[in-house]
Amino acid sequence: MSGQLVAAEGLPWPPRVEDFYPPDLAGPWVTKFTLMIWLAVGLLIIFFMATYRNPKLVPSKGQWMAESIYGLVRDNIAREQMGKDGIRFAPYFTVLFCFILVTNLFGIVPGLQISPNSHIAFPIVLALISYVMYLYIGVRKHGLGRYLKQSLILPGIPWPMHALLIPIEFLQTFIVRPVTLAVRLFANMFAGHLILLVFTIGGFVMLASDNLFIQVGSIASFLMAILMAFFEVLVALLQAYVFVTLTANYIGSSLADEH
Amino acid sequence: MYLAAEGVEHHPLVPIWQELVVGSIAFALLCFALMKFVLPRMETMYQARVDAIEGGLKRAEAAQAEANQLLEQYRAQLAEVRTEAARIRDDARADAESIRTDILAKAREESDRIIAAGRESLAVERQTIVRELRAEVGGLAVDLASRIVGESLADEARRKGTVERFLTDLESAGAR
Repeated sequence: MSGQLVAAEGLPWPPRVEDFYPPDLAGPWVTKFTLMIWLAVGLLIIFFMATYRNPKLVPSKGQWMAESIYGLVRDNIAREQMGKDGIRFAPYFTVLFCFILVTNLFGIVPGLQISPNSHIAFPIVLALISYVMYLYIGVRKHGLGRYLKQSLILPGIPWPMHALLIPIEFLQTFIVRPVTLAVRLFANMFAGHLILLVFTIGGFVMLASDNLFIQVGSIASFLMAILMAFFEVLVALLQAYVFVTLTANYIGSSLADEH
Repeated sequence: MYLAAEGVEHHPLVPIWQELVVGSIAFALLCFALMKFVLPRMETMYQARVDAIEGGLKRAEAAQAEANQLLEQYRAQLAEVRTEAARIRDDARADAESIRTDILAKAREESDRIIAAGRESLAVERQTIVRELRAEVGGLAVDLASRIVGESLADEARRKGTVERFLTDLESAGAR
């Protein structure tokens, strides 16, 4: 009981924003977060290099796993969103999907227990790449003027409506899309971590209470934390899928001939 | 526990610029490594597998089509050969027929010729015999007559005329 009390005393309650910013390990360049990013990159490179060192027509188990991920992104995201054009983007989408998925899953990996994506810097990098990509592809395909016209002017609308619609479309295509892309991922991971903190640390705080009734109640809190951890797996997968699907959708709309 | 060491205040929506840099470099590295060395091969493998499956089906279809075509061809050839054989048989039959008629015609001709030649030689022989007989019968008749009459007919020319007349009478009497 005393050990738990000690643990509870060291725990910050309630969870705060500063819980997301652990102290630097060696300057601002080497932090838990940057190391997790390198870890994710390293793991993915090792996984794919190892499973695809010697690919065969009839795949081994590892090769089959790697191919299933690629197949999922290729067929269910790239081709679904962009048609046949999407297949040449499938490699990038696969990398993006795997990177987001792995970094998201770090949120429930013991010892790491926080997703790098709960720092907005990383979602910003990814969203910015998607943003530049779909703008560049749109301009390259249609030329700047036609791309802008196509993005901003909806066909078949009476002209006075354009005064209202052009700013909305501009906001939508050039500002809202990249911002929501970054913030959606960040906020999901941030909130997920916060929920886990609330139920886990809350459980310890309740356990440290003098009231037996509240101590028993901590069981519910811990169970909830476990349930939420599973829920976080779902969120991690879903957010990776959503991010890539939206990126594919945006690039697809840049490639499309009509609005 | 997780107190910021330097007491720096963080806003969750303000990115740490070092993390932007690290994130960019790390993600770029990941993209480079996987998109250069792994994923293109994966797409190739994907296509190869599609080829292996669809290609197998296609190859089987092609083989089937080829087999059908060959069968058709053989059938056509067989039919052709059959008509050819029938034609050859018909030709042979026709040839045999014509040869037979030729030979028959020739044989008939030959036999006609032989018969004609026989008849001719018979006729010639008969003529000769008739002529000899005439001379002989004339001589005999004259001898007989001179013996009966007791006198030799002096005039050769007159004698000949008598015999001739006699014989002609005989012939015409025989023909009648």
